[in-house]
Amino acid sequence: MTDIVHFHRLSYRYGDSPDVLTDVSFRLGQGEMAFITGHSGAGKSTLLRLVALLSRPTRGQVVVNGINLSTLPRRRVPEFRQQIGIVFQSFNLLNDRTVHDNVALPLVIRGYRHQDIGRRVRAALDSVGLLGKEKMLPLMLSGGEQQRVGIARAIVTKPALLIADEPTGNLDPQMARDVMQVFERFHQAGVSVLVATHAIDLIRRMPHRILHLDHGRISQDSPSGFQDTAG
Amino acid sequence: MNGAERDGVRPPWLSRWTEHHARVMFTTLGRLWREPLSTLFTAAVIGITLALPAGLHVLVQNVRAISYSWEESLQASLFLKDSTSPEQGRALTQTLQRRPGVARAGYISREQSLAEFRELSGFGQALDLLQDNPLPAVIVITPRRELTREQLQQLMNEFSALPEVEIAKLDQKWLERLYAILAIVERVVYVIAALLALAVMVTVGNTIRLDIENRREEIMVMKLIGAPNSFIRRPFLYTGVWYGLLGGLIAWLLLYGALQALTGPALRLASLYESTHSLTGLSPASSLLMPGVGILLGILGSAWAVGRHLVKHEPS
Ligand SMILES: Nc1ncnc2c1ncn2[C@@H]1O[C@H](COP(=O)(O)OP(=O)(O)OP(=O)(O)O)[C@@H](O)[C@H]1O
Ligand SMILES: [Mg+2]
Repeated sequence: MTDIVHFHRLSYRYGDSPDVLTDVSFRLGQGEMAFITGHSGAGKSTLLRLVALLSRPTRGQVVVNGINLSTLPRRRVPEFRQQIGIVFQSFNLLNDRTVHDNVALPLVIRGYRHQDIGRRVRAALDSVGLLGKEKMLPLMLSGGEQQRVGIARAIVTKPALLIADEPTGNLDPQMARDVMQVFERFHQAGVSVLVATHAIDLIRRMPHRILHLDHGRISQDSPSGFQDTAG
Repeated sequence: MNGAERDGVRPPWLSRWTEHHARVMFTTLGRLWREPLSTLFTAAVIGITLALPAGLHVLVQNVRAISYSWEESLQASLFLKDSTSPEQGRALTQTLQRRPGVARAGYISREQSLAEFRELSGFGQALDLLQDNPLPAVIVITPRRELTREQLQQLMNEFSALPEVEIAKLDQKWLERLYAILAIVERVVYVIAALLALAVMVTVGNTIRLDIENRREEIMVMKLIGAPNSFIRRPFLYTGVWYGLLGGLIAWLLLYGALQALTGPALRLASLYESTHSLTGLSPASSLLMPGVGILLGILGSAWAVGRHLVKHEPS
């Protein structure tokens, strides 16, 4: 099986500060779903930023979807980002545009036709259970609903890889569970999913691999969350 | 990557391109429309800035045209030598009358000159004290209008060389001066126009810069979800185009209104000076030029702002 994400002996530091990630190596298989956990400041967000090419590795290699990010020229970055779906903790929705227009944005960027956009946006909203809310503005929705709009926007282009940085960080436990289930469903539909989260209790009950980061190193790589990760 | 290309749902690139540009055009126009006051204010600043040099240009053109129409009354006086007899003088007048470049030639004898002078000057009694008539006979020449200034000068040289003629004088010093002044004024207008064009670009650029600042979140999100720079740039460039177009139209309206308001008084003035000149207005070409220049400056201004400020908003 080819890997969708491959970190090879990767190190990263911001400017002159010490390494935030040190010698990180792991593979995420095609269609696999995994969680990244770790204490605050462990480097979870940094790791995801490297996958989305928001930062470039200081040392080592990151290969995503067969593309070596260390050598990808700047002008090809947008094209690369179009291949992955990104979900943010702070939603990052455009609050002056309707739910429909927010979800449509990635399609507009790719130059889809008007009719196709409508069809795909409705399908994406349907898959996160927000079909009736197309015309609403993001701020009229609850946090969980806004996060699901963000997920719909990330998957509307049917990316092969979905990454999410603390997608449940701002949500109450019930909403958090709902959102995690949405990710679960995409995973079952064949999408590779990588989620950074603090919600240990939530993910332990899910049958997925957990990568544990400790001060920038992978301290534990358990194949299933059913295992005890405290050890 | 995704299934779109395989499905064949992507239209051919051209219709996609047109659809996208049309969409951006109307979205940006809609955005400006929803803030009519600030849009109008910016466009008015651009309009006034554009109208100023255009108005000055029209003014210079009109002054030049009016002064040329006055040239009709331009006359050359050939003062004849005292040794020239009235018969010789009349014969010469006949000859000159047939000369190409001469519209009219009239002979004024010494006696006529004296009578005229007496009448006009009021120095009649003083002249009586003189024994001889001090005034020469004069041939008054009206040159043809179509002569260029060089041809006129050459004509004057020929007149001066005539054996009967003492001095040939052309009554046009003030016109020469006016032309020289106009040439300078015109150059000043060009400099002003260049400076004001820069001002328009800065106005548009600054408006777009504020727009970029207000939309930094949006720009960041766009970059995060893979929007290429060209995509992010486009709405701002179109906004610049709209501002330039609106400004150009306002400039045209201002100028048109000013010319309309001035036409009446100008005609009255012209009739006072027995001139048939009416105001030279805006030709269709120069009417189109103003929105065109507006659009060009709008694009340049916004491109400058976008080039400087868009790169700052990298997602982090
Ligand atoms: N822009 C930055 N410049 C300098 N240092 C940074 C920057 N962003 C993060 N860091 C540092 O890098 C380390 C890892 O940060 P990161 O955001 O990846 O942690 P995290 O695991 O996501 O934490 P949290 O759970 O709190 O979100 C931290 O020590 C942080 O201080
Ligand atoms: Mg983080």
